[in-house]
Parts: sequence; structure tokens; C-alpha cells
Amino acid sequence: MEPLTWTGGLSVLDPVFLLAWVALGIAVVAQIVATFLAAEDIVEHEVSASTRKMAEYAVLGVKIIAGLILLLILVYVVGGILMPTLEAKGIVGTVSTRLLPVWIALLATFAVSIAFKRRLGLYGKLFDSMVGMIGFAIVMFWVFTAIFGAMDLIVTHDPLAQVSGMKNKVPGTALPDVEGAFPYYLLGGDNLARDVFSRVVKGAWEVVKVAPFATLFAFMVGITLGLPAAYFGGRLDTILSFVSNLILAFPVILLFYLLVTPEIVQTGIPVYMAAVLFIFPIIFMVILINSRFHVQPVKRSVYLVITLVLGLWIYSGVAWNADPLGLIEFPPNLLVVFVSVVFVNSPTVFRIVRGIALDIKTRDYVAAGQTRGEGPWYIMLWEILPNARGPLIVDFCLRIGYTTILLGTLGFFGLGLSPESPDWGSTINDGRKLLSVFPHPALAPAFSLMSLVLGLNLLADGLREESLRD
Amino acid sequence: MGVFILRRVGVMILTALCLTFVVFFLTNLYPALEKLAKTQGNQRMSDEAVVSYLERHGHLQPLLVKYGQWLGVVPGHVHENPETGAITARCATRGMDPSEAPRFCGLLQGDWGFSTVFKDDVSNIIAVRLGLTGKLMFWVLVVMIPSALVIGVLAGMREGSRMDRSLSTFSIASTATPEYVSGVILITLLASSAGWKIFKGTATSAADNATLENFLLPVLTISLYGVGYIARMTRASMTEVMTAQYIRTARLKGVSFRNVVLKHALRNALIAPFTVIMLQFPWLLNGVVIVETLFNYKGFGWVLVQAAGNNDISLLLACSVVAVVVVLVTQLISDIGYVFLNPRIQIS
Repeated sequence: MEPLTWTGGLSVLDPVFLLAWVALGIAVVAQIVATFLAAEDIVEHEVSASTRKMAEYAVLGVKIIAGLILLLILVYVVGGILMPTLEAKGIVGTVSTRLLPVWIALLATFAVSIAFKRRLGLYGKLFDSMVGMIGFAIVMFWVFTAIFGAMDLIVTHDPLAQVSGMKNKVPGTALPDVEGAFPYYLLGGDNLARDVFSRVVKGAWEVVKVAPFATLFAFMVGITLGLPAAYFGGRLDTILSFVSNLILAFPVILLFYLLVTPEIVQTGIPVYMAAVLFIFPIIFMVILINSRFHVQPVKRSVYLVITLVLGLWIYSGVAWNADPLGLIEFPPNLLVVFVSVVFVNSPTVFRIVRGIALDIKTRDYVAAGQTRGEGPWYIMLWEILPNARGPLIVDFCLRIGYTTILLGTLGFFGLGLSPESPDWGSTINDGRKLLSVFPHPALAPAFSLMSLVLGLNLLADGLREESLRD
Repeated sequence: MGVFILRRVGVMILTALCLTFVVFFLTNLYPALEKLAKTQGNQRMSDEAVVSYLERHGHLQPLLVKYGQWLGVVPGHVHENPETGAITARCATRGMDPSEAPRFCGLLQGDWGFSTVFKDDVSNIIAVRLGLTGKLMFWVLVVMIPSALVIGVLAGMREGSRMDRSLSTFSIASTATPEYVSGVILITLLASSAGWKIFKGTATSAADNATLENFLLPVLTISLYGVGYIARMTRASMTEVMTAQYIRTARLKGVSFRNVVLKHALRNALIAPFTVIMLQFPWLLNGVVIVETLFNYKGFGWVLVQAAGNNDISLLLACSVVAVVVVLVTQLISDIGYVFLNPRIQIS
């Protein structure tokens, strides 16, 4: 069978698309030069009309061409879905058809969020900022891709299955034998003849299921230790700061190599570390509830019992792999990766929380709370923490991106995860050996990882902008 | 100032001791030692053979004693075989009669140990490889710092302008691209048959003879990730300075914008980036390890990966000493430099 072309039946648009990119490049350069000249003029009080006009034209040109490119991409994506056959859809069209559930979910999320944005607080305000919306769209694209990919709605092949004859084949190559299987490798085959597209989609799930939770745990640890360090100060602060600086002075890769090698895993050290690190969320929740409701004993007892039962149940399953009900289990090698990522991230969170809390501690409302007789934990968790939420939410987004990069680094060095795992870091590592001959197996996960982290950074930027506007 | 530096150096030494002890502990766990014995002896060693090997080389002594020996404050291990009477001494270098070996041999005596992977003195390996990485780092700094500062200053000069927005987008994109991603993309674009083959995808030959062809891509890859972060910090500091009262005064006095930026704002705006650049070194170290692996450049990062992968205890410890010292010294320099650059800060 003929291999798929990139754009199939829409290939008539290709020259236009290429030309538009060339034009965009020229226009951007022209715009930078022109605005620079125009700005210089204002500075020197010689506003020459012609240069300013030129700058305006250049800006307008960039906008029009960028709009045209976006429109063309939209045509490729939507047109690809509408085309009748796989050959007419091309690679782009088929990929976009496979991603149909993601598009629907994205549209639904945006429609609902924009409709109710005034009632959604900071999340709703995000939809006032263009940068924030773009970031949110990219992040949600990967989240939905990961979820639907894990539900086997998107993938075309088994990410571990090898099809003979498909080794290192270029994107769009047809399978030699199409009994019931999807007839093409959309993004080509890797060096073990597995489907790159399916591996990238499955790899998204590897990231989405670890990165946010690992970041959340790091935040719990950092907050639970950072608030008292800042609030009480003294020796506690000195010791905790010393320990966190100790961990920060460690080169991350050395730490990973030391923690994730099989010999260390054999000694059980990661499990003990998990046991210590995973207790922090429970401590955090217990203190949070206790400080809030300790004047209402009935409510407090009920909430505390619920938290402790739920928390310790999950804790026993996740950290010790000893869930009494046998419902929760955590693959041991994933636990190692999870623990090391949390361990690396929490000192930085600790430093951030400590810094913010030191600043907020001196405010009048904290002093007012103290004179009212509020306990120190109530002040920390219900007075200081809510007022520190802006920077913390922004940092949370950034840190998920950083965690994604760390996970990729682990995969890149082949640490922790199983060698067959489709996560992006391992796939890049597999693909890099033949990079100069067959770049596609490494490029697809590389661009995926980059776009996800970029999305998270843009989201954080949008959130920062909107939370500053308060 | 003197007291401050002394105290900082004290904390530094304490930190270095703690960190090396952690590395020592993790590399001296029994499974790791067992692997070491098997790679040094043979893979099918019996458990007794492993124990006797470890005993002979002094690996089964208490951890603190071993650590002391490595530091050079405890006399080196001497083992006498009860049957043959053969003596093995930790301090005996190859070919030396063990009975004539010096009593102490550790870091303090300048003896870094012997690498089991490279079969060479650790101090030699580290010196050679650090030199190579130093070359890489030098060019990275030459590329990264000026470009980051220029981008940051241009972006922060007029907040919200078009130039600011496009440069900020570039910085965000660069911080979102870790080395193993940008390296892969750069190789594909500039060093593969699919792209434009003008550079080399490996930098192995750059160790002896660095040219633009084999050295540009690794340098660019490391710099690209760091540029964005430093540029964003510079931009933030620049925008803050540009809204200061004295800048407005200068503008109102009629000083031209160019002079305001170059003569009034720049100096103050560069204080914060200085600290950031210094604190960037630990991350650069990270990038060096990734890039040296990706481009097969046999420098310090490559040695670190080899040592860690094979549990080469002496070499790994030496690597961590170097890494930790680099991190701590740059922290110290950043603190001291900050005080010098910013006269408002006083240390009592």
C-alpha cells in the first residue's frame, strides 16, 4: 500500500501554508527592526511619521499572516476529520480524527468555563488572559490525550507490540499485513518496530499520572515544614533550612543515580523515604482540620476520624504496599521514581513557603489574630496560607512543568522506569542513538514534552498576571 | 565581613561533610558492595567469596571507620590473610610492598583513591575530565550570559512593548525546553541527513580539537535552557528599576532614554541577575551531564554517569565532592558579590 502523505487531500493548501510561514518569518524580522527604529525615534524626540507608519504596517502584517497560519492549521485539523478516507485525510487528518474525543472534551471545557467564568474565581479569571488561555488549552490537550489514551480511545496500536518490517519506518508507512489492525503507523516506527504515535499518547499518561501528584506531595511536605520554620523561627528554622540547603546542594542527577539504582531499591531505602514523605499530607490535613474545628469537638472528631481512616488506608497501600483491603497498589518502580521526584522538589517548595510566610508573618492581621488568642497552627494554616495562595498556585504550575522535565531526565538516563515503558524520556533516549539517520522516533516525544512544559509555563504566566490584578 | 565569610566557610565544610557522608552511605550499602565485588572478581562468585573479597579490601568495617579512612583521619585498612600471610593495605599503591605503605591515605593526604572502572588514580581522571568540562562550561558562559543579559535588558526596558512580549515568549519557550529535548531538535535540524547537515552530532573529537563544527551544538544546547531563566530574572529586575523614582527624575531632567538605560538603570538592574547566574551553576552541572551523555563528550558529567552506573565508590565520591564544592563556592560568591554590588545591604 502507498504510504500516507502528510496532508492527504488537502495538499493543495501546502504551498500556501509554506509561503505563509516564510512570509511570517520576514514579517517578524521586519516588525522587530521597524518597531526598534520607531522606538528609537520617540526616544530622541524626532517622531518621524514614516518610520512609525512602517512599524504599524509591519505589526499589522504579522498579525494577518499569523491569523492566516492559524486558519490554515484549523482547516487541516477540521478538514482532516471531515475527509472520507484515510488516504484523503493524510497523516495530519488521521491524527486529528484519532484525537476527536480530545477536541470535543476541550471544546466542552472551554465553552462551560467561559460561560460561567465570572463565578469561578481565579480559574475563571484565567479566561481573561490570552496567554493563560493558550497555556490552559495546551495543558488540557495533553491531559485529555493522556486520559483518553489510557482508555484506549486514541491509540492505533499496542505501544509494546512490534510489527516486523516496520523498524524505523518514516511517518505514514503502511503496515505490511493489515488483518484487523490499523493499516498505518501514523508517526512511523521506532528502532524496535513499535508505533511511535501510540507510544507518545501512552507516554502522556505516564507523565499526567505522576507529575501533578508528585508536585502536590512536594507542596504538602514543603508547606507543612515551611510554615512552622518561618513562624516559630529559631533553632527549628536553622535545622530545617540547613537540611533543605543540603538537599539542594546535591546535583539532581547524582541523587537520582544514587536513589534509583536497583541495588538501593533492594535495600528498601526508597520505601522508608516514601513512608516518611507520604505521612506529611496526613499530618497536614489533620492539623488543618484540628486547628479549624477544635472549638467544635463533635465536628472535629468526625472529620478527623474520616481523614485518618482514609489517609492511613491510602498511606498503607501507597507507601508500604500493604493495603489491608487489597484495593490500592503502587508498582514498586513507580514508587521509587515518585519518591525521588518528591524528595528533590520539596526543599525548593520549603524555601518558597518559608520566604512568603516570613513576609506575611509581619502583617497586621497576623498580629490581630495573635491578640484574639488564635493558636499558632490556626494562624499558619488559616491566616497565612490562604494569603500566600497566589504565588503558590503560580509556582505549582511551574513546578509541574519542572517535574515533567525531571521525569524526562530519569527516563533519559534509563533510571527507574522499565525499559519498555513508553514515557517520553525513555523514548527520547531510545531514539537518540540513531538520531542522525532516523530522527522521527525521538522528535515526537521531544516536541510533546516541550509543548506540555511550555503550556504549563504559559498557564503559570497567565495566572500570575491575573492574580496580580486582584 | 571577615566573620561572615568565616562562618559561611564553616557551614560550607559542614555541608560538604554531610553530603559526602550521605553519598558514602548510599554507595556502601551491602547490595552495592556485592555488585562491586562481582564486577571486580567474577560474576559467578559465591556468597563466601564475596564476603572474603569485601573483607580483604576493608569494605566490611563499620561505616564511620571507612568514612574516616577515606577522609584520612583514621589509619588505612590493613588486612592480613590468616592462611597465606599475604597483606593487603588500603594505602599501598600498585606495585608497592604493603608493609611499607603509609598509615594514612585519604582526602587530607591528597589521595583520592583508585577508580575500579577506569583503572587509574581518581585524581588523574577528575583533573583531566574537569579540564574538558571546564572548556565546555567556559564557552557556555560566553554564549549564555551576554545573550541572556541583552535579551533581559531589551525586554525589561519598556514593559509591555511588542519587543518585550516577543522576547519574553522566547525566554518562556527556552525554559520549557530541557537539554535532552533541545539537543535532539538541534541535532535533527543541523546535524542529520533529514535536516541540514552542517554540524556534527557528536562532540567526542572536541576533547582534543574543539571546532565550531563539533562544539557549537553542545554549547548551544546547554546555553539555550539557561538563557530563558536568566533573561526573565534580568527582565524582572530591569522593569523594577525602570519604574524607580530616580529613573523618572532623570527622564524629566531631559536625559535621553538611551543614556537613562545605559548609565542609570543598567548597573542597578544587573545586581539581581548576578546572583541568579551564580545560583545557576548547579543547574548547569545537570545540563552538562545530560549534554555530555547526549553528545558523547567525555568530560566530568560523562565520568559521573559511568561512576554512578558501575558503583565506582572512590570516583563517585570524588565526583560528588567536586559537584558539592562547585555548588557551595558559587553560593558563597553570590552572597559576597551581592553585598559588594549592593551597598545598601550590610552584614553585621
